[in-house]
Amino acid sequence: MTTTLANDLSLRLRIEALFADYVQCIDDDALEQWPDFFTGDGVYRVTSRENLSLGLPVCLVYCEGRGMMADRISAMRTANIFEPHTYNHSISALKILSVAVDGIRTQSNFAVFRTMADGNMSLFNCGRYMDRIVEDNGVLKLADRLVVLESRRIDTLLVIPI
Amino acid sequence: MDDGSVAARHETDFRWPHSDTSQTPYRVYTDETLYALEQQRIFQGPVWNFIGLECEIPNPGDFKTTFAGDAPLIVVRDRDGNINAMVNRCAHKGSLVCFKPRGNVQELTCVYHNWVYDLAGNLTGVAFRRGVNGKGGLDPEFDLKKNGLQRLRVETYRGLIFGTFSDRTPPFRDYIGPELCANIDRVFPKKLKVLGYHSQVLPNNWKLYVENNKDAYHASLLHVFHNTFGVVRPTMGGGIKLSDNGWHHLSYTVRNKDSDDVVGKEQVRSLKDQYKLQDVRMMEHKLELGDYTTNAIQTIFPTTVVQQILNALAMRQLVPKGVDKSELIWTILGFEDDDVDMQELRLKVNNLVGPAGLISMEDGCVGGWVQTAAKADPTAQTVMPMGGRNIEPTEGSRVTEAAVRGFWKGWRELMGV
Ligand SMILES: [Fe+2]
Repeated sequence: MTTTLANDLSLRLRIEALFADYVQCIDDDALEQWPDFFTGDGVYRVTSRENLSLGLPVCLVYCEGRGMMADRISAMRTANIFEPHTYNHSISALKILSVAVDGIRTQSNFAVFRTMADGNMSLFNCGRYMDRIVEDNGVLKLADRLVVLESRRIDTLLVIPI
Repeated sequence: MDDGSVAARHETDFRWPHSDTSQTPYRVYTDETLYALEQQRIFQGPVWNFIGLECEIPNPGDFKTTFAGDAPLIVVRDRDGNINAMVNRCAHKGSLVCFKPRGNVQELTCVYHNWVYDLAGNLTGVAFRRGVNGKGGLDPEFDLKKNGLQRLRVETYRGLIFGTFSDRTPPFRDYIGPELCANIDRVFPKKLKVLGYHSQVLPNNWKLYVENNKDAYHASLLHVFHNTFGVVRPTMGGGIKLSDNGWHHLSYTVRNKDSDDVVGKEQVRSLKDQYKLQDVRMMEHKLELGDYTTNAIQTIFPTTVVQQILNALAMRQLVPKGVDKSELIWTILGFEDDDVDMQELRLKVNNLVGPAGLISMEDGCVGGWVQTAAKADPTAQTVMPMGGRNIEPTEGSRVTEAAVRGFWKGWRELMGV
């Protein structure tokens, strides 16, 4: 195995592990840890394919920095009212687009299945993660995660991050 | 455009069980016949439906598709710069003429049999009109002029486009009245720019969402974000305004004039002191509309909402999708002359509203809870006693259901029940 190939594979495996940890944190309802997947000033945005393709900037969720992410989670825990539900994420098709000084750019697919307390299950949405990942003290962190929902339609509401 | 005759096609045995509208029977949310009747008597009756923004179709040939009730519409700018709205249904076999959400066209062509309309909906051409080899072709009696797309009357106000099916609908200014026009003047004083769209599918009858918007009473009770993180200041004033007929309303909150120019720079008083936001940038408010109003939710009968929440400006258009489902389409707005900082502020503040809005997401689910509970007994009734039984404006308090009662008054008048 050439060194390059070994390096590529190692990077891919590390990113896949990051994504697995990320979705399992959400699916396990360990949301207080969710901001830690980002750098301190990391950006998390959820938009739709429609807005993105029209070049329109408004997002459903727009957090700049871990503080805003933590605020989302504390609002969800203490203030927001909604029917209890859980997510199950599937991630696939990780593509490493570029590796540069300011980070590794990747694109991957996700699907989120939502299950309500009464057992009603549905495909909540699917789409793409467009990410910039950086190494922070030997750990991979999201510097920028843009969640692009395939459908602009949100059934009822969006409260748990994707 | 004569709604009297079409309305007669649907009938119902439903009669309003009271002399006033301080109680509604649950049947109004679940009855398929009433839903069909609403399409004719309300959405295709003497009302102005919000159908888009001038800035969405700035150039000749630009079109968008949308809905007024169940009716699919094409909204298009013609070569003279006029905005036309037509039912998106080919005069021939009823196919959708435009099946894309937006675009630019020279003319409107139904792809099914190539019937062609101009941008005002006039039928200008029919494929194989003269037949083939002298055989077949269009009936010589057929009058192209009488077979255009069904047109709506259109009015624009401050960049907003409204359409009506009825000849009886008064001019838009008279429809909502001067006091409510003044709020649109206030919120949209300049050229608008679309910052994005959201769509929220609500598991409830359309009227439950309309009531929710008219009901300022619930805001501080259901949307606990306000109190938990101290969004509501004790000095805040406000009230409810109503159009003379009670159909349309404005609920507003005004903050203390002596407060800082920017709300949220420092943590405002919180009822539960342990809950503090780590980052208050999504609650910043830059005064831009010449007054101290922090929230203004205005409804235009039947299904339009004009929204100002701090610097988050939007139009909300509710589209019924059957008796127990509706789609709320949010058009998030800014002004054409917003600089980079202002746009960034709007994007942050928009965390508060929309389908994932920290202060509004609950409105997505409460209607569904009523819908679920309403099914079992259509004769059981709600009760709405807050602020008495009147349909009158209040100043200094929003603890009233007057605007909801006003909506039902309008609903009864148009439904004839
Ligand atoms: Fe609400």
